[in-house]
Amino acid sequence: MNRLDVDNLLDDPATRVLVCCGSGGVGKTTTAAALAVRAAERGRRAVVLTIDPARRLAQSLGLRELGNHPRRVEVDGFEPAGELHAMMLDMRRTFDDMVWQHAGRERAEQILQNPFYQTISTSFSGTQEYMAMEKLGQLVAQGEWDLIVVDTPPSRSALDFLDAPQRLSTVLDGRLIRMLSAPARAGGRGIRKIVGAGFGLFTKAVSTIVGGQLLQDASTFVQAFDSMFGGFRQRAQATYDLLRSPGTGFLVVAAAEPDALREASYFVERLSAEGMPINGLVANRTHPVLAPLPAPGALAAADRLERSGDAPLAAAVLRVHADRAAVADRERRLLARFTRAHPDVPLVGVPALPADVHDLAGLHEIGRRLAGE
Amino acid sequence: MNGWTDELTRARLHVVTGKGGTGKTTVAAALALALATGGRRVLLVEVENRQGIAQLFDRAPLPYSEERIASAPGGGEVRALAVDPEAALLEYLDMFYNLGFAGRTLRRMGAIEFATTLAPGLRDVLLTGKVKECVRRAGRAGRHEYDAVVLDAPPTGRVVRFLDVTRAMADLAKVGPIKGQSEGVVTLLHSGDTAVHLVALLEEMPVRETLDAVAELDAADLRPGAVFVNRVRPPRLPARSIASAAAGRVDAERLRAGLASAGLEVADEVLGGLVDQTVEHAVRVRMEEQAKDLLAEADLPTLELPELTDGVDVAALYELAEVLVGRGVR
Repeated sequence: MNRLDVDNLLDDPATRVLVCCGSGGVGKTTTAAALAVRAAERGRRAVVLTIDPARRLAQSLGLRELGNHPRRVEVDGFEPAGELHAMMLDMRRTFDDMVWQHAGRERAEQILQNPFYQTISTSFSGTQEYMAMEKLGQLVAQGEWDLIVVDTPPSRSALDFLDAPQRLSTVLDGRLIRMLSAPARAGGRGIRKIVGAGFGLFTKAVSTIVGGQLLQDASTFVQAFDSMFGGFRQRAQATYDLLRSPGTGFLVVAAAEPDALREASYFVERLSAEGMPINGLVANRTHPVLAPLPAPGALAAADRLERSGDAPLAAAVLRVHADRAAVADRERRLLARFTRAHPDVPLVGVPALPADVHDLAGLHEIGRRLAGE
Repeated sequence: MNGWTDELTRARLHVVTGKGGTGKTTVAAALALALATGGRRVLLVEVENRQGIAQLFDRAPLPYSEERIASAPGGGEVRALAVDPEAALLEYLDMFYNLGFAGRTLRRMGAIEFATTLAPGLRDVLLTGKVKECVRRAGRAGRHEYDAVVLDAPPTGRVVRFLDVTRAMADLAKVGPIKGQSEGVVTLLHSGDTAVHLVALLEEMPVRETLDAVAELDAADLRPGAVFVNRVRPPRLPARSIASAAAGRVDAERLRAGLASAGLEVADEVLGGLVDQTVEHAVRVRMEEQAKDLLAEADLPTLELPELTDGVDVAALYELAEVLVGRGVR
């Protein structure tokens, strides 16, 4: 198996941005944080951009205050040679900042009060992904860190992260919104003639469903936004380019489970199709056997001991071992299947910690396991 | 509380949610099989365009129609439906505006995608609307077409927003066909016909998320049903030795002697590995106990499902369904 050398990756000064992606529930946030901790320990000035960290993990990184800017993390107990900074994405704030930065005061206030803006800046599917990329762009532009580790939003599919910004920009930048908003500008007539009866019916249906007011708000918003930024599409394109630039790499995080590995496979294929560099797969929370003892023999011995009732401790220990060997075996088979399909993708298994991780010592330990120590 | 209740037996719409990675789709499928056991007809619905049901039952992606995917013991059957919001919107528009052929053109133009993303609530209203239609649909002889509908719902973080149709409608038009339709959905979701089940693992994070979701459901006046504790592993150590083993105290010499009495002479390295594994096991069991205590705060009927080391295939779904039937699911 082609083994992923995490230390090598983290030590390489050419590694500037590491994007951790994968489906929900696989431990992306923890992995991203542990990578940043490890990088800092090894001398880099690292920052981790987390999206939606668990409360206690956020506390351990000093992320309780919403600042939407990186803060230095004070590390007790073990010494980083470099520096560790961390931040938690505030999606609404990032969007607001974008507006303030690019619009005059009056126009910015107008946009911020638009009901449609309030909807899309908080609950539009794709806004979180889009803002994560926007923030990443800002951190890169600031140039204060030599390694940026990015966590990605907890979408149902790893691919959402690549597609959402594009989808959002298509919706807001596309022909449709112009056509739908045309009546507002042209005084409510004309659209039927231009695009035909089907579309007229559709417009009518849409405004019946979502309400004419919403359409009008959307239209006002898009016009203001358009003149301000030169369009969503360009902005989304810029983030895409950033992801393809030298120095950016992707780590796919997966659990050693069929669903998560299937998602990981899709993502690997997609990244290659887009010409984006994939650094490797992190197989999170594996359960390798710690004692080289064949499971069938252990089970037979456990049976004997249980029948005789002589050595309950040894019997229990052998059962624990056999359970673990079965899990390890399954995980190995699943990972081998992934490697057969993607022989070029280096892989590292990260043995599970028995307890949840929510402090720096835990992240340090995961960092060690990532590096195979 | 342990096992299924009579109140849950009366529910006809079973919404299944859980934190990502807890096995929500697997539990939803097993629940559908369990409910169908003994000759009933159950519809299993998914709404997130994941084709998770097709993958679980090892089939080609489901079309937008109700397909038979499994027989249940005792003559029952499970059908499956992957609701696609675009198709659901076209269905509505067709019903009220007779779009016919034009609908396909609109789809090609991306107009449907546009409408369903323009108003975030619209998508959810369409999806829950379709579910309601399935629950209420009449079949033969004055009975419902389906005895029960199981919905593989969005994960806990999004489920209340998804089910809170009243709030979604606040964003939408105050009149029109969707408005009328949604009132029926609200009635169904807040009635005794609906139960929202939560899938959890015995780990702190999924349990906390479950408790948060229960509180959110209560606040939105939606009814939490049962908690399915998934992937439960058997404790191997006797309860009295858990605490000391978790603290790292495993008597290596006693272990060595015990192994020797079963004919296993092990090297120090193997012995050390066995001790480490046992300590990890004990730590995990302790954490699971804490998670269980925490979960008890939800005060909901709880059903445990065993971990399947060989993974989940169709045969395993039947196994899980049997476990559920054994816990009273009907």
